[in-house]
Amino acid sequence: MLLEYLPIAVLLILALLLAGIVIALGHMFGPRHPTERKSMPYESGMRPIGPGTRRMPVHFYLVAVLFILFDIEVMFFLPWAVIYKKLGVFGLVEMLIFIAILGVGYVYVWKMGALEWE
Amino acid sequence: MWLSEAVSSGPQFFYLVPLVVLFPVIGLLVNTAFGGRMSEKAIGWLASAAAGLSFVVAVLLGISLLSYPEGAVVPIVDWITIGELNINWGFQVDTLSVTMMLVVAGVGTLIHIYSIGYMHDDVRFQGDPGRYQRFFVFMNLFIAMMMILVSADNYLMLFVGWEGVGLCSYLLIGFWYDKGENGIGNAVAGKKAFIANRIGDFGFILAAFIMFWVFGTFEFNAVFELAPEVASLFPAAIVAITLLMLVGVTGKSAQIPLFVWLPDAMAGPTPVSALIHAATMVTAGVYLITRSAALYNLVPQVQNIVALVGAATALFAATIAVGQFDIKKVLAYSTISQLGFMVAAVGMGAYVAGMFHLVTHAFFKALLFLSAGSVILGLEHAHHHMEHNSQLKLPMDENDLHFDPQDMRNMGGLRNRMKISFWVYLIGAIALTGIPPLAGFWSKDEILTDAANFNPLAYWMMLAAAFLTAFYMGRQILMVWFGKPRSLPAEHANESPPIITVPLIILAALAATGGALNLPMWHTFTHWLEDSLGHLHAAEFSLQIAGLSSFLVLAAIFLAWLLYGRKYQAMQELPPDKRPDDPLRPILGPVFNALNHKWWVDELYWTIIINPYVSLAHFLADVVDWRFWHDWFHDTVIVGGYNKLTQVLSIQIDLGVIDAVANKLGDSVKRAAAKWRVIETGYVRNYALSFFIGVVLILGYLILR
Amino acid sequence: MSLNDLLVNLNLIMPITILTAWACVLLLVDLFIPKERKGITALLAALGLLVALALVISRAGVATSAFNGMIMIDGFATFMSVIFLFSGLAGIAVAYDYLIRSGIERGEYYVLLLFSIVGMMLMAAAADLIMVFLALELLSIPLYVLAGIAVPRPDSEEAALKYFLLGAFASGFFLYGTALVYGATGSTALTEIVSATTSGGVNLSFLVIGAGLILVGLGFKVAVVPFHMWTPDVYQGAPSSVTAFMAVGAKAAGFAALLRIFVLAFPPLAMDLTPVLWALAAFTMIIGNVIAIAQRNIKRMLAYSSIAHAGYIMMALVPYGQGNVAADTVASALFYLLAYMLTSFAAWAVVIALEHNMGEGRDTDGLSLEDYSGLGQKQPALAAAMTVAMLSFIGIPPTLGFVGKFYLLRTVIEGGFPGLALIGLLTSLVSAYYYLRVVVYMYMRDGEPVVRREPWLYFTALATAVGVVVLSIFSEPLFNWASQAVLKLI
Repeated sequence: MLLEYLPIAVLLILALLLAGIVIALGHMFGPRHPTERKSMPYESGMRPIGPGTRRMPVHFYLVAVLFILFDIEVMFFLPWAVIYKKLGVFGLVEMLIFIAILGVGYVYVWKMGALEWE
Repeated sequence: MWLSEAVSSGPQFFYLVPLVVLFPVIGLLVNTAFGGRMSEKAIGWLASAAAGLSFVVAVLLGISLLSYPEGAVVPIVDWITIGELNINWGFQVDTLSVTMMLVVAGVGTLIHIYSIGYMHDDVRFQGDPGRYQRFFVFMNLFIAMMMILVSADNYLMLFVGWEGVGLCSYLLIGFWYDKGENGIGNAVAGKKAFIANRIGDFGFILAAFIMFWVFGTFEFNAVFELAPEVASLFPAAIVAITLLMLVGVTGKSAQIPLFVWLPDAMAGPTPVSALIHAATMVTAGVYLITRSAALYNLVPQVQNIVALVGAATALFAATIAVGQFDIKKVLAYSTISQLGFMVAAVGMGAYVAGMFHLVTHAFFKALLFLSAGSVILGLEHAHHHMEHNSQLKLPMDENDLHFDPQDMRNMGGLRNRMKISFWVYLIGAIALTGIPPLAGFWSKDEILTDAANFNPLAYWMMLAAAFLTAFYMGRQILMVWFGKPRSLPAEHANESPPIITVPLIILAALAATGGALNLPMWHTFTHWLEDSLGHLHAAEFSLQIAGLSSFLVLAAIFLAWLLYGRKYQAMQELPPDKRPDDPLRPILGPVFNALNHKWWVDELYWTIIINPYVSLAHFLADVVDWRFWHDWFHDTVIVGGYNKLTQVLSIQIDLGVIDAVANKLGDSVKRAAAKWRVIETGYVRNYALSFFIGVVLILGYLILR
Repeated sequence: MSLNDLLVNLNLIMPITILTAWACVLLLVDLFIPKERKGITALLAALGLLVALALVISRAGVATSAFNGMIMIDGFATFMSVIFLFSGLAGIAVAYDYLIRSGIERGEYYVLLLFSIVGMMLMAAAADLIMVFLALELLSIPLYVLAGIAVPRPDSEEAALKYFLLGAFASGFFLYGTALVYGATGSTALTEIVSATTSGGVNLSFLVIGAGLILVGLGFKVAVVPFHMWTPDVYQGAPSSVTAFMAVGAKAAGFAALLRIFVLAFPPLAMDLTPVLWALAAFTMIIGNVIAIAQRNIKRMLAYSSIAHAGYIMMALVPYGQGNVAADTVASALFYLLAYMLTSFAAWAVVIALEHNMGEGRDTDGLSLEDYSGLGQKQPALAAAMTVAMLSFIGIPPTLGFVGKFYLLRTVIEGGFPGLALIGLLTSLVSAYYYLRVVVYMYMRDGEPVVRREPWLYFTALATAVGVVVLSIFSEPLFNWASQAVLKLI
């Protein structure tokens, strides 16, 4: 089975070699005149202001995470709705359980104050 | 009236058979426990009664056998059960065992009664009346053991009795263990008997092992039933068993080459010699071969060996008897010789003749020993009396001070002083020599007839032995009873009391008439034993053989009379220093010396077996064990080596290597731990790297394997 | 699947159903319990565990499958469930006072514990790789949170993050392995994997690599070398009561999955996998025990100790493919897990009792070896419990650790791996050094150990220590019970 992957391996090695050679050539023959400007992080030609990573209020993350959580879970409704008639009462009960569990999480989050800004 | 009822009562008396063992055991237990508080008479009579009750039971068994001759096996208890080995203690009741019981208990009872009187005096001469009780305990123990021996229904139980009587023999030979030569002579004699018997017993045990190996059982009936089958499949086993049994027989029944213990066994009190070493125990070997007839019949070559061993013993012992001066030694060698006759007989397959001779011999040899005991007692009495009587003490010479009451040279002319003893002794002697119509003639004649038919070599040897028997008995009679007294005690000897003489008279009557058991016309005894041994051929009386043997006997007696009746008396006139101690000595010269010294058999055994053995033992003990193992090996090698080893271990190995290694190891583990600990950098990326390396290694292995 | 089927199947896994529902309810109930009375939550959680335990025991002996063969309820699942539920109870017992004094008393703690236990029980019962994965996540995610529950303590946060990152990494490998197995056999159900393998036409290379990756994923959970690196940091950083629960529950769950998957689905691959298992077991025992020697912090030491014990249990798995030994493999591993559970809780309860002064930022107080000096005089009961635990870890009679190690080594030797047994024995000797060092400190050094007098902690320490000794004397029925928990295809 290894043989089947041989072309990939060859490609990988060739790519690595080529990249390495190009970088090495540039390194060897390219002129280097470093200045303070040149050593700066490249920020679309602008002079960078402040640190590279900026702090964000954690509430953004929290809300984002909660959003994604509920969003994805709600996405399960879609396929369920498509074959709802096929599933019948069983499907309804299943979904009710699912929603109940979601509800527990929602009540918990609300009660814990995760949804309050400040 | 009741007798006829009993005769028709069938087998129910068989269930009394355990009593033949039980009575003597009760007797010995009572005597052991309470003997100390009982009078001598009570002890003696109790023991005699125990033996007598055994005899009564034996008689009842005999009566039952008359109407129910096939007998029975009476099981008592499971004795040993190990794996497939299952041994009952059972009693074999058949004509053969009952014959032995009758002899043992009958003669035994008479000897017990005799002992009441004899031991009363003996313990006083020996100076320890306390041993009276012990004597009867041992005697009862002997009766019990002998009964176990003859009544066993299997070889292992027989062996128990076989060993038991050996023990009693040892105890009674050494009864006066603090007397004898150098104060240990009797003890040495007991030891000698025991060791010689052990050699024989070893053969018996090996025979028993092989028997269990090939037969898987010890039961007589089972073994005999299987014997023909085994013989055809595995004849060597039967040969080995019978030959090894013969080894046992030569020990117990004093045959060549293990007979040497029996003469020394005369160190025991005279009733012991009569009961154990003449009448009963020593015949156990004959009984064993007779009992094992079914095995011996299968191996004629072994039978031949048995017959020749017996005949050779008969002749050899008879020659020695000629040269002895001790009245009991003569009888001892005579016993060996007569046992040789019996062994030869059973070896030839003449089981009836052998058993017949066993019975008659029990009568007349017991009689002879007991009479001899009476003589010894008479002389001891007289000697003792004189020692304590200053008037009579004066004429005693040097010889009288170291007076030996058993030396026939100190006797002579006793027929006038001890009339009853003389007559019964004479009857016993005539019975032994085989003059018709006394018991010995019939039994010996039957053996000779069988020998003439089956084994000429044995026949001629036994004929010669019969001649010598008559000669040495004539010599003894003449030396003891006739002529003039040759010592002061002999002059003053007195007849023994009735308690001694009455048993003698009864035995004399038996010795005189015992031949009637198996007269050639009726073969009563033959038919009796046929119920136990199957069909037996009965030797037909041959006038030619009877005549020849009778002629030889009479010729021997005449010869004895010439030498000891006339010449010996004439020699008494010579001065002591020129006087030979025996008229045969000048005639035979060195040969007589050889006879007197028993052909130096003891010395031979000492030279070729015992001395090398003792030397070897000394070598092993002194050189190998003590000097080599103890002094050198133990002290130098073990102790020294151990010290050195522990030093090496503790200093070089323990401190130098183990501690060092342990320390190093501990240090290195600690160092490794410290080093490896550095791997734990706390960076998740490094952890993931390690994780990844692990995955690569595992997958790499799984792909490339 | 109809509604009726759903109810029937939910009934079949009733302990799990009840525990799940109870956890959900408790999450809401807890919101209305005042902050200073969280003991009620602990009590309710323990109540739920006890009900589940009663249900599990009452249903012992049932062997059936549920949810279309996704779940197997059998002796194995029962035995493991008992271990998990006991771990949960002990976890609550050691946590209650500890959380109060550490100032991190939160109702979520108990709820997360319940969820994690649900995951573990599902893991032991799972008969499908997807189910195993689901259970793995269900048990892991609450543990990630629990490890960080002492927020804002930095080391607790660090532990939670490390655990989460590496756990996700491992989950990825497990999932990849599952995918490869599915690709090779066309199924994720254990029964169908083995039947597809034996009937042929399977790409064995994919299957073996898939199995290897599953081994990696679960190996991370049970912390075998070289997937163990997270263990010391997480064990040290997480609150001690969480560590105690994690050290027992997660490891036992991981082994439950390993045993079930390997013994049921991968016997045909034994030839290939045995050397890997052999090497993992050997390296785990050696490295775990050796590095433990260098540890002065008791929690790190116990972390390495738990790595080493993962190696010992891994030993039992080595001969899993031999039909005659497979039953012993399972039985001795289960028995050792039981011994390990009791011993661990005895040790951790003592550790928690000595830990103190969490408020000042650093958490090392009461956790270095020196803090155990003089414990033998001041607190003989705790010192005795700790001594029993240490002896049991080493494997010295009369402790369960000894009996368990005996059965393990017997299995390994019966399986024909005397070399591995020798390594196990030698590393046990090495381990005596650092275990006995604790005993030495307790009894032969003078000191003034600071100890909390908390009834539930004491109760847990002493009860488990007594259990370790007493059960070792009556180990026969226990082992017979473990022997009945054989894994069979239903």
